[in-house]
Amino acid sequence: MSNFFSKAEVTSSGRPVFLRNEVERHLLSGVDLEPEDYRFSPLKSGILILTTHRLLWLPSSSATTLTSASSIPLASISHIFSKKSLKSVFHSPRIRFQFLVSSDGRVFDPGSGSGSGSSTGSGSRSVVVTAVVRGKGDCDGFLVKFWDSWRARAWESNETTGSGSGLASGSGAGTGTGGGLYSTDGSVRMVGVAGILRKEQEIWESTDKSLQDAFQDLNALMSKAKEMVMLAEKMRQKLLAGTSSQTSGTNDEEMGSKEEMQDWLLSVGIISPVTKESAGALYHQQLSRQLADFVRTPLERAGGMINLIDAYCLFNRARGTELISPDDMLQACSLWEKFDVPVMLRKFDSRVMVIQNKSHSDEEVFARIKSLATKPEALRNGISPTDAAMTLGIAPAMAKEHLLTAENKGLLCRDISPDGFRFYINLFPEIDPFNIYFVKDYGICITWIKAVSTSGKNALLNELIPTFMDLGSHTIVKTAI
Amino acid sequence: MQKLGDFKLPHFFNYPPYFTLQPVRETREKQIQLWKELILDYCRTQKIFVIKLEEEFPLFSNSAIERTLSHEAREAFLSDLVAEGRAEWLDKGRRSCLILWHRIQDWADIIVNFVKDNGFEDSVMTVEEIRSGIESRGTSIHTFNHVNELDLDKFPFAKGKLAIFKGTSTDDEGIKFSV
Repeated sequence: MSNFFSKAEVTSSGRPVFLRNEVERHLLSGVDLEPEDYRFSPLKSGILILTTHRLLWLPSSSATTLTSASSIPLASISHIFSKKSLKSVFHSPRIRFQFLVSSDGRVFDPGSGSGSGSSTGSGSRSVVVTAVVRGKGDCDGFLVKFWDSWRARAWESNETTGSGSGLASGSGAGTGTGGGLYSTDGSVRMVGVAGILRKEQEIWESTDKSLQDAFQDLNALMSKAKEMVMLAEKMRQKLLAGTSSQTSGTNDEEMGSKEEMQDWLLSVGIISPVTKESAGALYHQQLSRQLADFVRTPLERAGGMINLIDAYCLFNRARGTELISPDDMLQACSLWEKFDVPVMLRKFDSRVMVIQNKSHSDEEVFARIKSLATKPEALRNGISPTDAAMTLGIAPAMAKEHLLTAENKGLLCRDISPDGFRFYINLFPEIDPFNIYFVKDYGICITWIKAVSTSGKNALLNELIPTFMDLGSHTIVKTAI
Repeated sequence: MQKLGDFKLPHFFNYPPYFTLQPVRETREKQIQLWKELILDYCRTQKIFVIKLEEEFPLFSNSAIERTLSHEAREAFLSDLVAEGRAEWLDKGRRSCLILWHRIQDWADIIVNFVKDNGFEDSVMTVEEIRSGIESRGTSIHTFNHVNELDLDKFPFAKGKLAIFKGTSTDDEGIKFSV
């Protein structure tokens, strides 16, 4: 029994790779996909993601890596059976839908040129699938959005623009190409500038309406605000008390409702008091993965290390709406320890926090700093954070952190003067306190003396050089009294 | 060789970080050690007994590299000398420091030898007499009175060689040597 669902591409952090213009719309966890056809193997306990173009199923992190992510294009769905509320006392909510399978047994995907050509239904069968939602999550909301996305047929506008730019798969638009403002099922098509404008208008109108509704609700809410806050507080206390007195014999249902309550509190804005112990709310997990993906490009540009604050600004700017709070950012970064992502959060002694690649090597940075600090110019005048920043190709604030760390390791010494804060290569280990006039004729000390004596203000040291050269390594020893 | 007066300076005197108190423990320990040696050497050769922290002290600045030791740094180095027994604070506010480039015991021996050599045993002398006496003979302990002020205990009383008679004023203090 092999799995004929299409394979979905996934990033290294476990997030799905989206198609062009594909937007995530809803997410449910703990979902089993049970096809009513023996040729398709069921998928157990994963995350079901609804996008504008596809239904994606990702295995949960506890599953073995053998199960891969699967996808069903919305275009191949021919029918959605569940219309109204799915809640039932007897079993978990279910969503039942039907999709088309082409003659070679694979899920019909009108977007690709696979299978038997362009028209639907030629020699294809249909398979019914039930998605059983065992986890928490807004099932009704999901269903509504499922209907919406399926009807919106966002992939079609994709295809027409795609074929316009000369894609090789000639039959790229499997359904409803050709001119005309109306697609085959009669809904107004969103094509061209007019389509975009119309879409904008519709969005604007619906936003306006929902804003009005919200304000109505808000007024009502404000008058009940005090009660709500008290209620929320009580819930929080209950959660706290419940968890601390928990014995190992708690049954699953209680755990489920506790998690539900946590999520609910989180959506209202109250951070769950037990987030450290639990794996973190699902929201934070997904956010964490998304952040790991996003931060890769800025990291590369910044030379492998980026200030947490800078990353936060960039991330929020990229998100546009649904900005995250600094707390969410911190949470997301701390969750990285639990996943296998190529980035990590690092806290310096100076309490500056940065994001860096796991492959980042401190040793390599120190080697580069050392070679910079032993250049003649640096021996004479030391290096400032700006100098280091230019050499290492990173931001000056990051460079300063590296210099301070190098100082801690005994590689550099600081020099504080009206000229500013500079670092020199550390000569102290080379100096013998019982023999302070003695300088080895090899090593960093003599290199320093040579470099320094060529500059005007240290010309007096010029006299030192011949002395050392003549006497070799046995120069003047301080006489003890 | 760079010099301060006729005192020969070591090469690291021109190393700017030498004049900044280092925060890293290991580096700082080395730095303190080097400064202590330098201070003792300088004071011994220049016959300097007292360093006043707030005043200019030639060793604490290097005009060639335009660096000066901060007050904090000076205090750190001198305190370490005191802890080692090679210096004493002359006041509670730590503004003035007596550098003992001879240890106190050595000073005591010098005094005793002076007394022996000049036949002053078994006689009572005032501090003033001893001091001017020593000075006039050209030996190098003209701050004898400082030493006396501080730590009479450290003198060889225990050896039974000296006894101090206290008068109503400092001038009346007399010391009897019984060698």
